[in-house]
Amino acid sequence: MRTLTYREAIREGLDEELARDPNVVIMGEEVAQYNGAYKVTQGLWEKWGDKRIIDTPISEAGFIGMGIGASMLGVRPVMELMFWSFHSVAFDQLVNNAACVRYMSGGLCSCPIVVRGPANGGTNVGATHSHIPEGLFAAFPGLKVCAPATPADAKGLIKTAIRDNDPVYFMENTLLYGMTGEVPDPADGDFVIPLGKAEVKREGSDISLIAHGRSVIHCLEAAETLQNEHGISAEILDLRSIRPLDVDAILATVAKTHRVVLVDESKPFGGVSAMVSHLIQEHAFDELDGPIKRVCTIDAPAIYSPHVENDQLPNPKRIVEKVLSMI
Amino acid sequence: MSDLDFASSPINQSLSAEQKIRLYSQMVRIRRFEQVALANYQKPGRMGGFLHLYIGQESVAVGTLSLCGENDHNITAYRCHAHALASGMNMKECMAELFGKATGCSKGKGGSMHFFAPDKNYWGGHGIVAGQTPLGLGLAYGVKYLGKEGSCLCFLGDGAVNQGAFHESLNIASLFEIPVIYVIENNGYSMGTSQKRSSSYTGCLAQRAESYEIEWDVINGSDIYEVRAKTQIALERARKQNKPTVLEIETYRYYGHSVADANATKYRTPEEIEDYKKNHDPLAVFRRKLTKEGILTDAIHDEITKAANVETAEAVKFAEDSPPPSIADISTDVYWETDNNTEASKIGHHFFA
Repeated sequence: MRTLTYREAIREGLDEELARDPNVVIMGEEVAQYNGAYKVTQGLWEKWGDKRIIDTPISEAGFIGMGIGASMLGVRPVMELMFWSFHSVAFDQLVNNAACVRYMSGGLCSCPIVVRGPANGGTNVGATHSHIPEGLFAAFPGLKVCAPATPADAKGLIKTAIRDNDPVYFMENTLLYGMTGEVPDPADGDFVIPLGKAEVKREGSDISLIAHGRSVIHCLEAAETLQNEHGISAEILDLRSIRPLDVDAILATVAKTHRVVLVDESKPFGGVSAMVSHLIQEHAFDELDGPIKRVCTIDAPAIYSPHVENDQLPNPKRIVEKVLSMI
Repeated sequence: MSDLDFASSPINQSLSAEQKIRLYSQMVRIRRFEQVALANYQKPGRMGGFLHLYIGQESVAVGTLSLCGENDHNITAYRCHAHALASGMNMKECMAELFGKATGCSKGKGGSMHFFAPDKNYWGGHGIVAGQTPLGLGLAYGVKYLGKEGSCLCFLGDGAVNQGAFHESLNIASLFEIPVIYVIENNGYSMGTSQKRSSSYTGCLAQRAESYEIEWDVINGSDIYEVRAKTQIALERARKQNKPTVLEIETYRYYGHSVADANATKYRTPEEIEDYKKNHDPLAVFRRKLTKEGILTDAIHDEITKAANVETAEAVKFAEDSPPPSIADISTDVYWETDNNTEASKIGHHFFA
């Protein structure tokens, strides 16, 4: 099968949806003439022109709100946040308007918008640019959140997100943009991945590592070490979608291995892993052979220093150490 | 300015006597609806939350929205009852919403601040000051994107002009040539803080539009003819040129910021309120004009008032008799996909206990 980078896979997904539906528009800072701050939208302006690919001023509350208003009228905006960290200046629009307008109108309005961009730490850009808000937004009913780890998942999920009739907040990762992986050829048919479906990225029998986003990649590396150096067989469940959440897949892997480490780039307090942990203890308590453990980002604002930032984040070494402390 | 005779503006000259009477009765209906809403709000156990009354400002919603056609949309903040009724919503669904009933326009999920009727181009009813201003921008952008000749009237209060979202919207509206009309309903007070104590400006609030290269105008809100004449210019600019406008309509509210405003009579003098009621009340002013024009008689006025009384009484009865939402209803209207029971909605958990 052919390979694409994560960046190219998203771009291909965007391009296919632009072709499929004339109401799909892409808006954001530097998405058009500059070809995207991270080059995700490279070439799309040249191909689709001013009407479909729109450069906005640095004005997140203004343009995100504009996208929400337009979506209520039937436009299908895909809004790029240069960093998901900038959500804070558009928070009222992202939460009060996108998440609540359907409810407050008794179902009369809908908001088929996608807001996408990178949400990760690990690039030495300090606390303001390193927020990881998937747990934050998944906490608002009315919103959907996903965080793909591979090029194929990124393409399949962005296409689904655009077709979904609810607001979908799509969290990417600058450190994954250059990663390559197999992605089905468009000639072989329309490739989409549903929201709410997790995937076992590696089969195992001794312990379950449950993760999403770049943490999945760390888990894959840690699982190799655990197998090769310690004879421990780790199963890796990639959540892919945070809300809707594949609870059945979570419970199934717990029932298989009976031990769990949740790996989550969020901070520990109230993150995605806190919710997953709650679901496991409520629905699979008797399946557990020990307490649920987590590897999260160390609980402080993101540090700048390139010397230690990687140690603040989940990484293969921390995952291996956590697993070894349990078995 | 106030000496100009806006009754002779083309958009007003084209009105038939019947259409003028309809404008007047719309204002009477809206005022009566709110008076009755207030009376019911004051009876224990009927309504909860806030009730932001529009009484005194009726000419703004009625005058501006009377100019709207098929592709003209509108959206406002939380003082939204008048825009809802002027957009064509019926009193029953609005009153039932205030009563928190399942038959309310938002099924009892929105309340006083959140009335909606997209089928009538009315997009709410928004609770956060200026939070609706980017949405109005988006609706107008949508009109243009979809190739329609139309506009969006986005209403906001004078207290909203200092929010960042409004300024961001003005910048984008001008930059992208978006057919949005921001209508500042200036009633002089952002809650209990007067305009002078809350805004720094040259000339007037609308003049801020100049810094964004947007046309602006100031309107005496007590004259519905002036409201219509000047708004029509902005609408034409939007429809024909895809250009935004900022209008500032001077108006006044008789009641507090909301009924829960404990200081409603403290930050204003009784004389100030009395002066407006006596000399600037939009209903009284229009009644005098129409009487002078020989269109409105006391008999017609009484008939209109009586009809509004009957309509509101029926709306209250409807609201009283309607069932409340059920506990199960709490969990609907959250996601389009789950409401429509789509294949996508069956994958994964959308809700958590």
